[in-house]
Amino acid sequence: MASIGKIARRTFLIGTAAIVGGVAFGVYQVRKDAPNPLVAGDGEATLNPFMLINQDGITIIAPRAEMGQGVHTTLAALVAEEMDVAWDDITVLHGPPAQAYYNQALLGLALPFHHYADSNFQHNLRQSVGMVGKLLNLQVTGGSTSTKDAYERMRHAGASAREALKLAAAAQLSVAVGTLRTENSKVIAQNGTEIAYTDLAEAVRDITPPDVDLRAKSTWKYLGKSMPRTDMVAKSTGTAHYAADTKLDGLKFATVRMNPRRSGMVSYDDSAARDMPGVEAIIDLGDGIGVVANNTWLAMQAAEAVDIEWEPASYPVDTEGLMAATRAAFDLEPNSTTRDDGDVTAAVEGTEITAEYVVPYLAHATMEPMNATALYTGDTLEVWSGNQAPVIVRDKCAEAVGLDPEQVTLHTTMLGGGFGRRGEYDFSVPAAKIAAALPGTPIRMTWSREEDMRHDFYRPAAMAQFRGVVRDGKAQLVDGKIAAQSVTHTSSMRLVGQVPPGPDRGHVEGAADQPYAIPNFRITGHLADLTVPLGFWRSVGNSHNGFFFDTFIDELAHAAGTDPLQFRLDMARAEHAPSAGVIEAVGEMSNWGSEKPANIGRGIGFTYSFGTPTAEVVEVEDTGNGIRINKCWIACDVGTALDPSIIEAQMVSGAVYGFSAAVQGEVTFSDGAAEQYNFYDYDALRMHNTPAFEVRVLETNPHMGGVGEPGTPPSMPALGNALFDLTGTRARQLPLIKTFDLIL
Amino acid sequence: MPTSLTINGQSQTIDLPDDVPLLWVLRDEVGLTGTKFGCGVSACGACTVHIDGEAVRSCQVALADVWGEVTTIEGLGTPDNMAMIQQTWVDHQVAQCGYCQSGQIMNAAALLAQTPNPTDQDIDDAMQGNLCRCGTYPRIRAAIKDAAQRIQEA
Repeated sequence: MASIGKIARRTFLIGTAAIVGGVAFGVYQVRKDAPNPLVAGDGEATLNPFMLINQDGITIIAPRAEMGQGVHTTLAALVAEEMDVAWDDITVLHGPPAQAYYNQALLGLALPFHHYADSNFQHNLRQSVGMVGKLLNLQVTGGSTSTKDAYERMRHAGASAREALKLAAAAQLSVAVGTLRTENSKVIAQNGTEIAYTDLAEAVRDITPPDVDLRAKSTWKYLGKSMPRTDMVAKSTGTAHYAADTKLDGLKFATVRMNPRRSGMVSYDDSAARDMPGVEAIIDLGDGIGVVANNTWLAMQAAEAVDIEWEPASYPVDTEGLMAATRAAFDLEPNSTTRDDGDVTAAVEGTEITAEYVVPYLAHATMEPMNATALYTGDTLEVWSGNQAPVIVRDKCAEAVGLDPEQVTLHTTMLGGGFGRRGEYDFSVPAAKIAAALPGTPIRMTWSREEDMRHDFYRPAAMAQFRGVVRDGKAQLVDGKIAAQSVTHTSSMRLVGQVPPGPDRGHVEGAADQPYAIPNFRITGHLADLTVPLGFWRSVGNSHNGFFFDTFIDELAHAAGTDPLQFRLDMARAEHAPSAGVIEAVGEMSNWGSEKPANIGRGIGFTYSFGTPTAEVVEVEDTGNGIRINKCWIACDVGTALDPSIIEAQMVSGAVYGFSAAVQGEVTFSDGAAEQYNFYDYDALRMHNTPAFEVRVLETNPHMGGVGEPGTPPSMPALGNALFDLTGTRARQLPLIKTFDLIL
Repeated sequence: MPTSLTINGQSQTIDLPDDVPLLWVLRDEVGLTGTKFGCGVSACGACTVHIDGEAVRSCQVALADVWGEVTTIEGLGTPDNMAMIQQTWVDHQVAQCGYCQSGQIMNAAALLAQTPNPTDQDIDDAMQGNLCRCGTYPRIRAAIKDAAQRIQEA
């Protein structure tokens, strides 16, 4: 089997000039492609950056990180569909850091149009702006963009490879290429002669893959079907490779302690730790310490015994101060007014209501604590890291140990949960630094759960103030102000050292960009001047704005005396048909409006995010012994559903992630540090309090939407709205457990 | 003094201090990395293994206290020869990120050994110590029920 390590190492030895076969196909070529980072060895062929063929099989290189969302399976299906590879023959590997794997769709999200209203012109513009991603080496898994980004590229890769293999076979059999067909990883001649792709690896090396049209959707065999996930057997047998499962000769085990107040280190005293069992080295990392031992647990025990004086936090030290600074942002000039329909300052007749909402900081809390494995030899560094941004991780690791990026080989392993957390480089760099202190000794560094929880890049606390007017059963005016520290600015400064120009659209996504026709409709974004480390938390701005905006819409519906589902439907119909479609569908699925006992409450939530309108209905029950979430119905419209089973799983996953946060998720601060340490004080839904689900996937949306995140935003307001229906108390603050007696 | 353990039917001699948790013996010393570290405080279940058939959190069992034969996910079945519970995990396409699933499967296997035909309540009671941040619970429930049925039919 091909190993990305082998492929990548050769690449770096030979450099980017060595391209086998060239990459020349489709629209891809017109835009002057990035070089293929894969270099074939003897008897191997790599026809483009997405595949390698050798005697042992066919390896598809996934440019995106598999963090549970099933992206390896769907990206492999894109290639295999066109290439006619037998499903069982496929091996999928993560790609090395390379320009060829830039994410074109991600930057497209930043354009100044309401995404749902994309005309073909705007859609194309989004694609071309996305090319900037190539220049920025934006090899990032995020924004629910992976399949959208790969949809054309990887099918072209498969199609042109198939034709190249036919050309190679035609030469070998001395027949016209037009007489050949392909099936199950073989080229088949008219007389029945079959040549396996693997046997053509040598011959196809020097063939330039031709440019061919993609197959019609009606002929698809894999796409549109629920395929067995390529990672499922490994993940069911404990054999999937996560970064901390890396086995190397002479491996030592490490952990770190970094400043919980998120600044530097003044000094440390390791005298109590040095002679503890198993300890081999204690390393000054500048902003923290690393402990190396012959066992991870012994390293963790010793790390706890090191006495460290930390620098103070650069932000207000407690939750109260942080919330006051967030609230103060309402009085600042808005950073964005990306929605300003009609005139919200004019006098509008009707019933006026106002509401204020507050949500807390949240941690990602992936199941796999942050970790990385590294080996430094003096002039090379090898890093194993489950990460969402390989180019950035490689470059930051190189910088940390004083090497050039070309001297660093980064292996992206399976990710034990990402949710945005693993787009950071903070957990890879310390492993590289510890390894650099012990040249020739491979280091497997694992953070304790406590270190992980207290050194997250959090979803910010946020607040909103809304004013609305209803008349004749309809919304006449919505004027919303959103205040929070900017995720975009904070993370851009950290990752690339500058703040992107223009209004911060991410800050108001989930509110300003919602597909509702409201005559007077304004959303302003106000950025709190804070330096808390923030990051991209599954669905990002939508995760708070989805709750704010949709809850207020629900409040307006009640003020208007209109059924909450009908109220949303009326506004969506006039603006965006696919959005209206999912609201209607979820109503039908949940038998919305039907009779129910007094101890049952139902609520609807809707958010358009990452190109996919998603509506959810939640049913809650007062059991007499706490409130239980019974059931959740989800309808989404992804345009083209590439893998229904994976989409269903992602919608459910997104909603469970949202419910977990809505019910009990909260990170608080005191003395400059997060007060939560582990799952006992930052818990999530479990088997007994997770509802049953029913999911319907629609395909009327003219553009393909994402699936990893859109399930999260509407789950929180749908739950809050259901609790209002049950109890008459409006959920304006998260987590809900502060207000409602939910079963934990 | 070295400690002797039987892990997946093989006897192993471990030279580590008595208080090192079984989890870290398995992962770092024996190289059985299918068992995962999630929390270190018995709050997530990712490290679940069997000792004499009983599901235990290996992060809470000190090396010196291991009282019987240890079975890990690697000992339950292999990719070429999966246990029924692993097969139904695959059939129901349960795993997402997969990190918690070794623990989920080991816990579910112990449940089925004790309660061959579990009710929803039995599943809730047995499985609520196993956290899954991807939210695969509905498919876990379906895979357990399917395995129960297929084991009984076998």
